[in-house]
Amino acid sequence: MEEKNVFVREVAEKKYQYGFTTDVQTEVIDKGLSEDVVRLISEKKGEPQWLLEFRLKAFRYWQTLEAPTWGHLKMPEIDYQDISYYANPTAGNSGNSGNSGEIDPELMKTFDKLGIPLEERLALSGTAVDAVMDSVSVKTTFREKLKEKGIIFCSISEAVKEHPELVREYLGSVVPYKDNFFAALNSAVFSDGSFVYIPKGVRCPMELSTYFRINARGTGQFERTLIVCDDDAYVSYLEGCTAPMRDENQLHAAIVEIVVKENAEVKYSTVQNWYPGDAEGKGGVLNLVTKRGHLRGRNSRLSWTQVETGSAITWKYPSCVLSGEGSQAEFYSVAVTNNYQQADTGTKMIHIGKNTKSTIISKGISAGKSQNAYRGLVKVAKTADNARNYSSCDSLLLGSKCGAHTFPYMDVHNNTAVVEHEATTSKISEDQLFYCNQRGINTEEAVSLIVNGYAKEVINKLPMEFAVEAQKLLGVSLEGSVG
Amino acid sequence: MLQINNLHATINGKEILKGINLTVKDGEVHAIMGLNGAGKSTLSNVIVGHPAYEVTEGEIIFNGKDLLKMSPEERAHEGIFLSFQQPVEIPGVSMVNFMRAALNAKRQYKGEEPLSAGDFLKLMREKRKIVELDSRLTSRSVNEGFSGGEKKRNEIFQMAMLEPTFSILDETDSGLDVDALRIVAEGFNKLRTPQTSALVITHYQRLLDYLKPDIIHVLIGGMIVKTAGPELALEIENRGFDWIKEEVGL
Repeated sequence: MEEKNVFVREVAEKKYQYGFTTDVQTEVIDKGLSEDVVRLISEKKGEPQWLLEFRLKAFRYWQTLEAPTWGHLKMPEIDYQDISYYANPTAGNSGNSGNSGEIDPELMKTFDKLGIPLEERLALSGTAVDAVMDSVSVKTTFREKLKEKGIIFCSISEAVKEHPELVREYLGSVVPYKDNFFAALNSAVFSDGSFVYIPKGVRCPMELSTYFRINARGTGQFERTLIVCDDDAYVSYLEGCTAPMRDENQLHAAIVEIVVKENAEVKYSTVQNWYPGDAEGKGGVLNLVTKRGHLRGRNSRLSWTQVETGSAITWKYPSCVLSGEGSQAEFYSVAVTNNYQQADTGTKMIHIGKNTKSTIISKGISAGKSQNAYRGLVKVAKTADNARNYSSCDSLLLGSKCGAHTFPYMDVHNNTAVVEHEATTSKISEDQLFYCNQRGINTEEAVSLIVNGYAKEVINKLPMEFAVEAQKLLGVSLEGSVG
Repeated sequence: MLQINNLHATINGKEILKGINLTVKDGEVHAIMGLNGAGKSTLSNVIVGHPAYEVTEGEIIFNGKDLLKMSPEERAHEGIFLSFQQPVEIPGVSMVNFMRAALNAKRQYKGEEPLSAGDFLKLMREKRKIVELDSRLTSRSVNEGFSGGEKKRNEIFQMAMLEPTFSILDETDSGLDVDALRIVAEGFNKLRTPQTSALVITHYQRLLDYLKPDIIHVLIGGMIVKTAGPELALEIENRGFDWIKEEVGL
């Protein structure tokens, strides 16, 4: 028995290689949530009055709400008074001050270890990074280079100070604080995240990415990202996430807002690998996120690509509101759940403009005792003449103790619309695995081959370097899930 | 090369093999014939280590090593290959990726470096010719949408890629038309060397005409009841199995 436990632990630990913690002087405010805490966060960040008002309105509204329970999830009770809402690992010095700031070498080392070098000369080719740990952006690379083209890429805290007019115009314009329980919470206490503005006619020459890391114990992370892509502009943006292994659940309640204007295009990719909890289902990040893009301009385009392998619970629906005539949206998703992980994820495509088009490709992979649900809404408003949607939702099961569920909703108010939905469920069979074994391929590698083949359509949508990472991640996440 | 001593095996608690003894020497091709349900496929599955079968007694020694102690993939690395009776489809996994994983796993086991992408593709092109397998097929997913004949050719193609020393052909002739049978059999013959051996499971003389086995075994009721030279296969073709049953008193 003892031996078996050791083995189980080894598998679980091998599986999650980002579970280390960084020993760095971190300023953590006392646990608890109240108006005073909201004021304190705002004060620590040196925010203008209008933003404090925004936070307070959101907080007061949040207090009137009950946590939602409609997800196909077994949610642990979250005690919102037992979380610290602000943790600053740069307390030893000044925090993100662009390219010139001094960064604690421990923080540099942490991001190096995560494969995210913060020195520009070491960077992945063509990628600029905003590195966020706990509540604070640590560093944003290639800022000067991007500035030459008029591109703004910085932490949202800095954007509030340096580009208040832009933040004020767009913050909450896609996801209002009244949107839902977690959106209201985030709007009240959000800490850091990235701000991107691509001016008219500019094609962003680099991949922009934000790397989110939770480090401090007993804290929540409330990321807030805002991307505005002006007329005829283009940007490809990627976010990555990891966290240490902790026995308790950690809350990550983020908001991502994207505004896409006329003829503009945004590609948003996520490789989410928050700590999923151990093999017994203890600990792990609760990933409760509201992501939405507004395709405001004519012929605007937005695509969400997500590879979700981490978190104890993933509950999010990166969505698109297609207002602009002829706008096009895509959602490509791979969600992997193993052990006791749970996911209820999918998308919402809201067609408002004429000739709008959306595509949904969702691939769920469940293993162990996990539960994996796709939930998606396709809504076609009266005004959306000739709207088109194609949805394809596939589930792949490994083993017999996991579950896959599909909840497609359609709400069509225009006769000229065409909405198609396809769904399949398949299982990796013993025969397939044995066939691979007989050819000399061991079971874990066979699972990785099959899963990557299954997810190929989505993985191929990621920028190249990240596609390779995502492939490895899929294999690693399912280690020990069969046999 | 391969020595099987008093092998007993069960599936779902039911005994199928009841004391098999069989010795295959380097360079030999043996054929196993017998009625349906005699245990022919069970024997091949047990040799390659299919998890559904349990060996209750006996041993299999392969080149001096205890085969039953090895995982299926170790057996493959040691040089054992099964041409499946019904090759499975693996959607989404391209033949190229599949073969590359298999070949590099074997190379790793032998302490060799993985093949470069260029060398690997060159090898694929060479080996494909042996069974006249179209490049269209090798760029598809494993067996997906292959016809029955293409699947069998694909099995021999994989054999050519992996260069096993001991191959088992489990009813490789079933479902093949005359031309496909010839291509598969000729492909197999091209791969024969004095150092490689094979076990051919079949109902028909047709395949054996091409493969020219050295020794024929008749498997009835989970036991090898008769062993003789190639003339035995011809006699079975003419007279069936009943006379053998009578001869051995079954």
